Amino acid sequence: MGLLAAPSCLVIAKRGALWRSRPAGLDCRAPAGLAMTGTRRQRSTTRLATLALLAWAPSAMAEPAKRPVLTVCADPNNMPFSNRAQQGFENRIAALIAKDLGVGITYVWWAQRRGYVRNTLGSDLCDLWPGVAKGMDMVSTTIPYYRSTYVFVTRADRPLAGLSFDDPRLRSLRIGVQMVGNDGMNTPPTHALAVRGIVNNVHGYMLYGNYEQPNPPARIVEGVEKGDVDVAIAWGPMAGYFAKLSSVKLRIEPVTPPVESGQWPMTYSIAMGVRKGQAPFKAQVEAILRKEQPAIARILTDYGVPQVE
Amino acid sequence: MTRNPLIPLALAAAPIASLLAQTLPAPVSQSEVFAREQIGRALAAPTPQAGRPNASAAGAPKDDGQWTMPSKNFASTRFSELAEINAGNVAKLQPVFNFPLGVNKGQEAAPIVAGGVMYVVTAYPNIVYAFDLKGENGPTLKWRYVPKTLPAAQGVACCDVVNRGGTWSKGRYIFTTLDGQVISLDANSGKPVWTTRLANISLGETITMAPLVAHGKVYVGNSGGEMGVRGWVTALDEASGKIAWKAYSTGPDKEVLIGPDFHPFYKSDQGKDLGVHSWPADAWKIGGGNMWGWISYDPDTNTILHGTGNPGPWNAEQRPGDNKWTTGIFARDPDTGQARWYYQFSPHDEHDYDGINEQILLDMPFGGQMRKVLVRPERNGYVYVLDRKTGQVLSADPFGPTNSSKGVDLQTGRLILNPEKETKLGKTVRNICPTASGSKDWEPSSFSPRTGLIYIPHANLCMDWLNMEVNYIAGTPYVGAELHMKPGPGGHRGVLTAWDPVLRKPAWEVPENFPVWSGTVVTAGDVVFYGTMDGWFKAVDARNGKPLWQYKTDSGIISQPISYRGPDGRQYVAVLSGVGGWPGVIVSGPIDPRDSTAALGFVNTMVDLPKYSKAGGRLYVFALPR
Repeated sequence: MGLLAAPSCLVIAKRGALWRSRPAGLDCRAPAGLAMTGTRRQRSTTRLATLALLAWAPSAMAEPAKRPVLTVCADPNNMPFSNRAQQGFENRIAALIAKDLGVGITYVWWAQRRGYVRNTLGSDLCDLWPGVAKGMDMVSTTIPYYRSTYVFVTRADRPLAGLSFDDPRLRSLRIGVQMVGNDGMNTPPTHALAVRGIVNNVHGYMLYGNYEQPNPPARIVEGVEKGDVDVAIAWGPMAGYFAKLSSVKLRIEPVTPPVESGQWPMTYSIAMGVRKGQAPFKAQVEAILRKEQPAIARILTDYGVPQVE
Repeated sequence: MTRNPLIPLALAAAPIASLLAQTLPAPVSQSEVFAREQIGRALAAPTPQAGRPNASAAGAPKDDGQWTMPSKNFASTRFSELAEINAGNVAKLQPVFNFPLGVNKGQEAAPIVAGGVMYVVTAYPNIVYAFDLKGENGPTLKWRYVPKTLPAAQGVACCDVVNRGGTWSKGRYIFTTLDGQVISLDANSGKPVWTTRLANISLGETITMAPLVAHGKVYVGNSGGEMGVRGWVTALDEASGKIAWKAYSTGPDKEVLIGPDFHPFYKSDQGKDLGVHSWPADAWKIGGGNMWGWISYDPDTNTILHGTGNPGPWNAEQRPGDNKWTTGIFARDPDTGQARWYYQFSPHDEHDYDGINEQILLDMPFGGQMRKVLVRPERNGYVYVLDRKTGQVLSADPFGPTNSSKGVDLQTGRLILNPEKETKLGKTVRNICPTASGSKDWEPSSFSPRTGLIYIPHANLCMDWLNMEVNYIAGTPYVGAELHMKPGPGGHRGVLTAWDPVLRKPAWEVPENFPVWSGTVVTAGDVVFYGTMDGWFKAVDARNGKPLWQYKTDSGIISQPISYRGPDGRQYVAVLSGVGGWPGVIVSGPIDPRDSTAALGFVNTMVDLPKYSKAGGRLYVFALPR
């Protein structure tokens, strides 16, 4: 049983098996404190698969009576969404789900970047990805539990209110955007600038960034605070949270127009992701999301997440 | 293209055809690509009467029966002078030894043989095995070394956790680790002599390439262009592991090591700080150009030759300019790293055509005289013949289906793009050939001075560039283009091409069902060995491509076969089995075959691979019966 850190530490997934084991002879240990490892304490608990079975497969009642747990996959270093100390809003909402399911909670940590699904939900290492855009087809997504938008982030002490992508000021302002990393696969605002030929005054912040630093995507907001860029265009939940923490007062405004060129939306509904073929479990989660909607909304407000209809 | 009608033995079975018809995208039609005669160009007509092509003599010394570096020699011929195994008797070849490597990931390395010992490095966690070949009962494990590595590196590597092999030099075995170290082991004891960490995985840097050891130095580059990592090549002192120099692929001249000795042949490469000015604003700082393929040393000119990877991570529209010095080739002073010349295969690359393939150093007749050239079967679809003293392009001819460009302008050296196949944000462009992984990826070719042919293992793949639905990473939704790969004309996905560099055309071709992702080795017995992703290790006649022998290994083959003389005087052939890599991660890593865009588009065209191959990792050694 073990340390499910690495793709080489694959689950031996027998059909219906509730237990995971570590292939002999592979050292899957991850040094403490390392980025991007799914370091796990020994997990001899029964996973949620058991719980799901319990819910509609009475035969499974005969399984050993261990307390089931909800295994959540999350990034250990990506506030305000999640971190290893479980301080993110996704951590709090996932805890709410586990509580309502009446189960414990445990995490598999993996940096959210290319290969995240392959190495987490896709490897059957966890049950729930608490924050994913609705409709992302690598996983099965639940009903959304909030909707947010890309935002312009500017210093409140600068006269930069009311920006839109069509604002002529964007041609001369220093603009920060986030780079995802694959050719042709960047964020919608990055595409919106490219379509308008706004290129030379745009600075790219790597979304992945330096993972040794806390919350690498936050560098773009710090760029506005420090004046490295005049305006940052970033995903609302991250920008809203770090703007709240900023020592300089920052202005957060949704980008407009809300859809670029008819194909790049700036607003997204965020759902939870489960493995495909887990409809009953998904229904359970969705029921909780519906029931806990007021509590979830309070959590999101606490974290400064801009919400749109 | 002329295609040899040979059907590979393994694929003659009828059920496969029906299966492919059900699950694979339809192949691109022949009418969608240019004929070789339409876009192939040369500065002069072939003059085969002016001499026979041969490897650079200094770069390919007489074969001592060992195999001390992946490329066999500095000229990178991968030619073995051994002839005990020949086209007449290879049918009797049989396995004499195998060893499970304990790592079931893509094995891309070449076994190394020196002093009666064979060295093998595995995919991550990069375990090194040394086998004593002198035993009477076959090879025995001499030592095993497990480097201390950071498991997190696996989360950074873009495309499976491969390693392209180590090198033996002066009693040491030198190799790289995925997490960015170069390690020099005492070859006798397996104890580290020095360890130098070069790459920082927290920035997205990894190392997957085989180091080149030459001229008292170890040359290594970094991987990670997709992560916004700025590419570099570094030279370490072979004895101490101390860094001698580091040359970036983008940025100001002083960081690229461009100075007064730099004399690029074409005007477009001349000018100050082009590594800054050919990019918007400061985009060069995350501009890619990573070096993860093959570095060569040319003793004739005392020059290091290495390519550079594709530009990243901006969309093409957002990095107007040539994006120097990505997707090109540098010639450098081996002691100082100072650049001597540079040529850019794909200026302003928008198709992911990294320029990191092998350079084969030949003396070859061209324009009526013998010229010192390097030959590069390039990812963008052309076999380039360059003057290796100046970087001038002598000829460039397509060796696979090509329509993304219309040839190379030999006056300016510039690739002529086909506007109909340019990728644009928000537009769907279908049937772009070659695909993002190119006509040929990293898998190295071989050259036989006996036939004058270059044996190129490669793919026959095209792609659709599509708009994609929402994706989501690190708490950020993003949208963009996505690749869907598909077979090229003919429907097969791989080819072994025997290319005549003098006549600028294939002598023969063997179509393969899957992309040929293994290297080739050719011997004085006129046998070419290569492996397939469905696990066959094959021998064909170097003169005509006729299939002579094959053996089914327990996984797919994407590594580099070698041939050597054992301590008993017999000729052996060795190869690693273990499928994976970019195209094979569908087998070696858990990827949902229903997700056609997984593994950067490769899964679409590899959905059937799991039916033919399973993950594995095993060393195989073959010989004739006693």
